[in-house]
Amino acid sequence: MTDEVTTEEEATEAPHPAPSETERRQLHDMWASGTEEPAWVVASTAEGAQLMLPRDQATGEDVAGEGGTLVVDDRLFEDEAAEAETTILNMGPQHPSTHGVLRLQLELEGEVIRRVKPVIGYLHTGMEKTGETLTFLQGPTNVTRMDYLAPFHNELCFSLATEALLGIELPPRAEAIRVLMTELNRVSSHLTWVATQGMDLGAVSMMIYGIRERELLLAFFEKTTGLRMNHNYIRPGGVAADLPDGWEEDVVGILEGIPKGLSDYHDLLTNNPIFLGRTQGVGVITSEECFAYGITGPPLRATGVDWDLRKTQPYSGIEQYEFDVPLGENGDVYDRYTVRMEEMVQSLRIVSQVLETMPDGDYRTTDLKVTPPPRKRIDESMEALIHHFKIFTEGFKVPAGEHYQAIEGPRGELGHYLVSVGEAKPWRLHCRTPSFAAIQSLPIMMGDQLIADSIAVIASIDPVLGDVDR
Amino acid sequence: MAEPPGFLTATINSIANWSRYNSSWGATFGLACCAIEMMHTGAAHNDLARFGMEVFRASPRQADLMIVAGRVSQKMAPVLRQVYDQMPEPKWVISMGACASSGGMFNNYALVQGVDQVVPVDVYVPGCPPGPQSLMHAILTLHEGIKSGEFVRV
Repeated sequence: MTDEVTTEEEATEAPHPAPSETERRQLHDMWASGTEEPAWVVASTAEGAQLMLPRDQATGEDVAGEGGTLVVDDRLFEDEAAEAETTILNMGPQHPSTHGVLRLQLELEGEVIRRVKPVIGYLHTGMEKTGETLTFLQGPTNVTRMDYLAPFHNELCFSLATEALLGIELPPRAEAIRVLMTELNRVSSHLTWVATQGMDLGAVSMMIYGIRERELLLAFFEKTTGLRMNHNYIRPGGVAADLPDGWEEDVVGILEGIPKGLSDYHDLLTNNPIFLGRTQGVGVITSEECFAYGITGPPLRATGVDWDLRKTQPYSGIEQYEFDVPLGENGDVYDRYTVRMEEMVQSLRIVSQVLETMPDGDYRTTDLKVTPPPRKRIDESMEALIHHFKIFTEGFKVPAGEHYQAIEGPRGELGHYLVSVGEAKPWRLHCRTPSFAAIQSLPIMMGDQLIADSIAVIASIDPVLGDVDR
Repeated sequence: MAEPPGFLTATINSIANWSRYNSSWGATFGLACCAIEMMHTGAAHNDLARFGMEVFRASPRQADLMIVAGRVSQKMAPVLRQVYDQMPEPKWVISMGACASSGGMFNNYALVQGVDQVVPVDVYVPGCPPGPQSLMHAILTLHEGIKSGEFVRV
């Protein structure tokens, strides 16, 4: 495995000419005395045109490439649009309705959107590269900050991939705790979505109600993990700590509190003619287009495709709990809304089953090479002290190999691809994130719709820009 | 009982500062995880309206305070500076969270290692992400500073 990886690296590395003596001097001046960048530096680091070209200059290839895909939408090439007077409008990256720092360039014909070009990268954090400098035990600290609305899912995905490479089994209690936390996290993520979806469509009070219920969940997360977000709780080998005393009462409180909130939301939104008018038939996408763009999760299920990784590729023993996969029909904003609302109910159903069947036992594996010893043992045993020291300084070594692990995140298929060369740090970490795929479907969903609908569409795919750019 | 005298005396500065700290409107500059906690701070449970700050303005022209909530990438830094330049004087900046303050755990090619390299910062908030209480403490610290004239940006 080691040899294979090394040769691959050498083969793919592009030849980079060493700078000449003059160029070296120019670089030195640039850094040392702050002179202007020489033209060749600008040319060699240019990223090409960032702006959307006017229609009379944009070729078919430019237009097709704007969505970041080669799937060409015929609607973008209508002749009458080419002749009409159009305006190019820049939206974002600092815009309240783009859910972070998404930037869109829109070509407008009056109030109608003809072309859309998403521009991403404003939150690029280099997390995949940072992941190569952290040990497998430190890895969840990094990935939990990617999709910051679904921190437990990111941690779980990374931990499952690591455990698959290690080849270790977990005690049932650890798996049950993982299911409990990830399903609660799905609810908290969807609550943020329903809050922002309502707010973007003008129901500002929805924001306050969504956050109100979310505080219930965050209080439980804080009690269990010590943090409201970015928990670093699920780690390779189990979870960081056992559930706190009295966790059952907290979960019962959540199971009672959230459905009350959900019925409020139905009163506010589902029975609201303005909300229905702004969501039904808006932002339609077909299941074929979803397949072409790699869209998963609620947007795919809203088109009627029964695809949920919890059912098709179960993980962490989630197959032992009963739940339904809610489906839509039309693939519009309203169907995505109903699917997510029902998913919260189903997640709570899983949580109530976990509450009844929570097994006793260890909350992490007893493998001494992976799990640090209990604090008390460090005072008693030299071996325990050495294990503790090694795990937290050097980290545990993971056998060479590669593994792709996918789980059903709140936004769709969340996948982590890990390559290990037998060291304590991953050789490569790649993340397949659902928001990234969803963003490139915006040209399809927003094409030929009104500009006000674009806000509903963006909110309905629930993008997290940390997940897109990472 | 005699009527109280019909005037008060004060310096212009203290009146101006009093009005400024009581209605320091924020510019929405949510970037990453911290933005979610900023939303929580503004929502009903923590209720920033108590401090005259429930209004987050989408336009920097109407904002006095920029809360940089999250990690600032190299690509975002010019945008951030432009938004800051568009805000009218006097203006203040809170750097929320470890990433905005120092780059946090991401010491790599992609992130600006502290937003104070781009804009002047008045208050730093530690935490990853800081909870609503931390942010509120920072806001109250800022208010004290504005009131006493310690933080002046004119």
